[in-house]
This record gives sequence, C-alpha cells and structure tokens, in this order.
Amino acid sequence: MRVWRSCDALVAGRSPGVSVEASSHDVLLIGGGAAGLRAAIAAAEVNPKLNIAVVSKVYPMRSHTVSAEGGAAGVAKPDDSLDEHAYDTVSGGDWLSDQDAVEAFVAEAPQELAQLERWGCPWNREPDGHVAVRAFGGMKKMRTWFAADKTGFHMLHTLFQTTLKYQPISRYDEWFVTKLLVDDGVVHGVVAIELMSGRIQTILAKAVILCTGGCGRVFPFTTNANIKSGDGMALAFRAGAPLKDMEFVQYHPTGLPFTGILITEAARAEGGYMLNKDGYRYLQDYNLGKPELKPVLRCMELGPRDRLSQAFVHEEHKGRTTSTPYGPVVHLDLRHLGEKLINAKLPFVRELCQKYQNIDPVRELIPVRPVVHYMMGGVSTDIQGATPLQGLYAAGEVACVSLNGANRLGSNSLPECLVFGNRSGKAAAEFASSQEAANGVVLAQAVDEENRLKSEFLNKTGGRERIATIRTEMQTTVEQSAGIYREETSLREGLHRIMELQERYQDISLDDRSHTFNTELESALELGFMLDVAQSMVASAMHRTESRGAHQRTDFPMRNDEKFLAHSLLYRNFDGSARVEYSPVTITRWPPGERVYGQQTQHPDATAVQRVS
Amino acid sequence: MADKIVMEIARYSPESDHEPHFESYEVPVKREWVVLDALNHIKDNVDGSLTYRWSCRMGICGSCGMMVNGEPKLTCATFLSSYARNGNKIRVEPLRYFPVIRDLVTEIGGFMEKLKKAKPWLMRATNDQLSEGTYLQTPEQLDRYKQFSMCINCTLCYAACPVVGLDPVFIGPAALALAQRYNMDSRDQGAAERTATLAHPDGVWGCTFVGECTRVCPKHVDPAGAIQQYKIAAVIDWLKSFVTPRGRDAGSLAGND
Repeated sequence: MRVWRSCDALVAGRSPGVSVEASSHDVLLIGGGAAGLRAAIAAAEVNPKLNIAVVSKVYPMRSHTVSAEGGAAGVAKPDDSLDEHAYDTVSGGDWLSDQDAVEAFVAEAPQELAQLERWGCPWNREPDGHVAVRAFGGMKKMRTWFAADKTGFHMLHTLFQTTLKYQPISRYDEWFVTKLLVDDGVVHGVVAIELMSGRIQTILAKAVILCTGGCGRVFPFTTNANIKSGDGMALAFRAGAPLKDMEFVQYHPTGLPFTGILITEAARAEGGYMLNKDGYRYLQDYNLGKPELKPVLRCMELGPRDRLSQAFVHEEHKGRTTSTPYGPVVHLDLRHLGEKLINAKLPFVRELCQKYQNIDPVRELIPVRPVVHYMMGGVSTDIQGATPLQGLYAAGEVACVSLNGANRLGSNSLPECLVFGNRSGKAAAEFASSQEAANGVVLAQAVDEENRLKSEFLNKTGGRERIATIRTEMQTTVEQSAGIYREETSLREGLHRIMELQERYQDISLDDRSHTFNTELESALELGFMLDVAQSMVASAMHRTESRGAHQRTDFPMRNDEKFLAHSLLYRNFDGSARVEYSPVTITRWPPGERVYGQQTQHPDATAVQRVS
Repeated sequence: MADKIVMEIARYSPESDHEPHFESYEVPVKREWVVLDALNHIKDNVDGSLTYRWSCRMGICGSCGMMVNGEPKLTCATFLSSYARNGNKIRVEPLRYFPVIRDLVTEIGGFMEKLKKAKPWLMRATNDQLSEGTYLQTPEQLDRYKQFSMCINCTLCYAACPVVGLDPVFIGPAALALAQRYNMDSRDQGAAERTATLAHPDGVWGCTFVGECTRVCPKHVDPAGAIQQYKIAAVIDWLKSFVTPRGRDAGSLAGND
C-alpha cells in the first residue's frame, strides 16, 4: 500500500554507487505544527515558484500545538502598549531574553494573530464583534487572544486547512527524520524514514527549517505529547549547531496528577484560586502580592509560572501539600466561578477533569502539581530564525531566539510560533531563492546513515536492553538532578548516570525488525535524541552557577548578572564530547532589574530607556 | 472491578500475514488506566512490535481511535475499568472501513483527500481581502459554526458510518461537517463553490441519515446535523435555480431591461 502525499517533487535521484532514493525541494520544513505550517505559508508567499515540503512524523493536525489551551498574546486594546508587553516578557524571563527579539516579537504578534483571524481562526469575541482578550500570568494587561480553552487546537487546524490551498506546499506525512545532511557547514537536506513502508530516503533541500517543538518527554511527568522527544534539538546538535540555554525548563504549576494533563493558566486568569491542604491561598507567602477576591494582573495566581512552581516545592517542604498515590498536590479551586462561566470560557478544563480525573470543577477542587511543560532553550538562532549552520533555520519551541529568556510567560509561545515561523519561512525562502539547485554532495553521508539504521537497529544481533527501561531511568534521572531546584552534587551524578545510559543505549534490542510502520524503531531513535537532549540540559545546568528564572540552584541562590547575564551555548565536539560557551544577552532598553510581582509592580516607563530615534 | 483483564488485540503485518488474527494479553487493571495505557504496558514490557498510533493522551490530537469491543473509541479517553468485570475481555481492532497498514494502524490518506475536497479554508470575493486588521464577528455568529469547528479528525465517524462501509468514495461525515463549518462562518463567501463539489451523490446526497456519526463523535460535532443543514441548503439552491437563471439575480435582470 502506498501512502498518499502530494509528491510531484519526488524524483528518483539514484546516483552510481548510491543506493538511497532522493527527492529535492527548495525549502524543507521539519515539523508540521504552528511554526512549521506558518513558515511553509510564509515561504510560499515570498516566492510562489519555490517548491516547499513539510516533513512530519505525524499528520500535521496531530502536532502538539493542538494541545495548547489558554491563548496567544498580542497587544490588542487601546489601554495596552507594545512596551508593556515587551517589559512583561523581559522581566518574566528574568532579563535573559534578547530584547531585540522581544521588540520584534511584540510588534509582529498582533499582526500574526490578526492574520490567523483572516484565515478563519474562531477567536472568542466581544459582543460588538471585536476579538476578545483575557488575562494571563505575568502579563500586566489583558492581551491574550483565545478560542475558548482550545486555542492551540483551533490555530493548528486553521493553519493546516489554510495550507491545503497552497499548491507549492507538498507533504511527507508520517516520515521520521533521522539525520541532517551537512557538508562544510552548509545544510543540504535530511535522511528520513517513511513509516508506512520503512523506506529510507534522502530529501535534499536548499534550506531546512526545524519546527519540531519541545522535549518534555525527557521528564517522567509532563504535559507534552508522546511525540515531544526533542528530535530537532538533537538533529541540530549532532550536525554541529549549538544548543542555547538548555538549563531553562519550565514547570507549569497546574498539571493533573498521574496523567500530567495541563489545566490551563486561563483557569486562574478567569479567577481560580490555588489552595494548600489547609484551604489557604499560599501564594501570598511568596512575595506575589495579597489575595483579592477577583484576579489582579501580575499578582498571586497570575504570577509567573517559575515562581508558582517554586512556591509549590516550599509548601511541600512545610508539609502543607496533600499526599496522593501520584505525589503531593495542592488544589485549584474554580467552584466560585460558577457553571456558566466555566462552560463558556473553560469547557475543555471541565471536560478534561471529568474524563480523566473523574471530578467536576463546578463542584469540586482540582488536584494539581507542577508538571514539565516547556523548554525555553533550544537550537540557537538569530532573530530571523537562522542558525550558525548555513541553510539551517529553526522556529517555535525547538528554537531559542531567545524570546523567553529564563522563563516563558504563558500565551507567548503560540504567537512565537507564528512570528518566528513567519520570519524563518521568509528568510529560508530568500536564501533558497538565491541558491543553485540542491546538490547531492551529501549522498555518501546518506548511504552511511542508511547503513547505520540497519546495523544499529534493524539488522542488529544481540542486545539486552529494553527501550522502556532506559527511557524510564533517563526520565527519573533528569527529574532528580535537574528538577525545579538543582545543586552541584545531584547534577554531577545525573550527568554521570546519563552517560551510562548512553552506553547502555548502544546495547538495546528491538522486538520489531519489520519495515512496515515500525514504531519500535521510531521509539528507539527518539530515545537516542532524548538522551542527547537530557545530557545537554544537565550539563548546561551544572555550568550555570547562579539562580535565574526557571533555573534555581540551591547552592547558588542569587542571580549573578556579572557572570551570567549571558546565554549558554552547548557545542558538540568532534569526539562527541560537549563544551559550553557563553554569549552576551542583547539589552536594548530595559537594563536588568528586580522582578517584582504583587501590587508594587513597576511600570515599564519607570525602567525603560527611551528609544532615541 | 477485576485486577486483571485479557485484551484480545488484532494483529496484522503485511510482511508475514495474509489476514489479521487476534493475540491475547493479560494486563493489570488500574483505576486511572485507559485502554491506551494498557497498550503501552504491552508494548513497553511484553511485545515491542505491537503497532498503534498515539500522541497527546488528552483527547485532542485525534491519533488513537480504535474499535473497542466493536465501538469506535478514542483509546486515550476510554477507561479500562469500565470493561473490567469478572471474566470480561476487551477486544481491540483497527477502525472499521479503513485499509489496515499494520496491527491497529489504519491508512487515512483517502480521508485526507476527502478533507481537502471540502475546501476547508476561508474564501472571500477577490476584491474583498483585508490586508490587515480583523473581520468583525459577533458571539452569536461564532456560535452558528463553532460546534462544527471542533472536529479533531479522529475518523471515528467514518468507522461508524454504514454508508462509508458500502461506498468508500462517499466523502463522509467529518469532511461534510468541515465544509459546513466554513459555509456557516459569517466571514466566508465560498459556500457556492463548496456546494458545487459536495452536492452530488458522493457528497452530501450519499448520506442516508443513520446518525451514527453524531452518536460516536467524542467532540460533539454533530456531523449528521451539519449534513442535514447542507441538504436543506442544497435543495433551496436547486429550487432557486428554477426561479432565477443561473449567474443572474433579479437585480441584474431588472438592470438589463
């Protein structure tokens, strides 16, 4: 049986002595979520003659963007300003964001969200027909656009359906990329496996954009879908591109125990309370302001995610959390919001609680605990999405521009996919337009890759380790060493254990040796990617001897701007080892200051250096 | 609730089998476990070759639809415990009416083509493109199509639809609901173009209104309702074609005279 795809561009590019098949495109997207699809459309609009293809290991509408709930931030109302959105983002990120990226982002986010509207996204509306916005954590103004609490779902389906009308965009649905093909610092394409047939094929391209999303599955307890194994990060790292700020992992404060299903921050933005086991709104003890009946922006439950997740750990140490078979929990209380509001603004929250937790938030408390949610770090790019490797771009969660610094604000990630998807799509299209036809100098590498896949997995004899065993040990190790709070000894031990797991990974054995839809081979390759990502996280965390945003060191509890107002860049050496370098943070108008939440929040005008133009 | 249950799982590999067969696995029943957790338990610990799709585990990506005891279900949203009474078994098969690639994985390329036939994108008259800013749409206008926009493309409705079973060319419930999602959107002006492709025997008229699609939909999209609306609209258009010559409305006739 043959998989459908629109594959006019496929050519059988067999060269003498080369067994791999090859196809060729101008711009190749790896990943079909919000960033990938937005980039594909942008590339098609820059130059309609370009031949663009989207490779994805799942059908694009299955991509993890689909799970995003709460909303997408972009200044929309007269009482708001781009500077305020920028200041919230910079202070939320504990001054590690590059401010040129932040300024570009806040300026373009409203245009991108409006573009989604014109493509049909069913945004919630005001009675007069204008797009409605809601509050979100760490944001001083209401600027979060939303489609009930299924914002990511609606954005993804709108984007996917819109791509169907663009003739130049073809797709490789359910193809798994195993390697980037690089020659002399220039990217020329990828090797990928067609899952349905098991065929290993080279896909050549003048420009490649990584849009593979995050890597939450490196941890045992995550909101991330099963497909979030950091593929793009590992592909880029192995190809020689640096990973930036990998020590910054976001824990979302409200995940359902056992499943890790996310209860959106919108639940707190609509007025939900966080309660400890005594029914006390404990956030008031953590420098986040005083409890009010109604939600107050940048206060209490609407503080930033890093601070809320850290507060949970302190409550646990004080014995003020509730024990459950799936670890300690606190409670999210929505009961006072009433059934009508919950149904109108948070229907998915109610559905998820009823279906997966067997409770009704209209009448009952929701048990929640911090859960790994988002990777601030990723493949290092400039503000056009370009990586240091010529022809390689990255956008969305896989990338680190850095917009999000040491802690991302809720509802900045969806517009990040759009703004930097658009920017990288344009940049890649312009680059590809200036290049000669993709050349096949890398075909020998592709043969090596095909041989590796066969000898290390499909045709391998012996092997004693099970994938699930190594995966579970890796997840436990990363959580124990690089969780919400870290310190030298556990990081060192964690790194050592991950190196051991890397060794044991070489000894895995597959039950499944067939070519047709071999999901066990896919899991094995994903595990290989995750081990590299886990190692880079722990190594980066060990070297940053300060506390900033989501990276909290109990042995170095203060922020150290003198030494670490800098991005960490992790490179892979030729011998497979890694080295960390640092690059300065771009500061344009907001010099490093104190992160203040609660009623005394400073106005950005008080701290910003006025633009001189 | 029994503490263990036997799962009978359809297995098929085109490389070794002429036709599917069932294999049985005994799995623990935990209160929080859904059918998908049991499949993962088997794959991780017993047989790594068991093949199925899954991703989000929260009922929104649409990957993990299967037949569970003969009913199309999202396996991430179907609790094991609801089947685990003494002596019961759970039978898991790939979604009905689709070609099977392997084990529980169906071939949905044809479904993807059908979605595209619905022309599921916002269409405007060419001279009416907003270059920036947004269209206005009241909450009431949003409510008219919102339900039809909730489809996660899980294809459960195709596995439930007897017409799909008899006629694989029938465009089917999800694609028709998606067409109606745009037709009912106050911002869209493409209904006539969609009707041209969908108002024929493989399109909306293929539906015999059994209503199974709506019954099995995990997202309450109500494809059957969408199809009924579509039929009514198509009939009105057809009747209008007798009253008004095609391509000319009453105003232009008056102007010509």
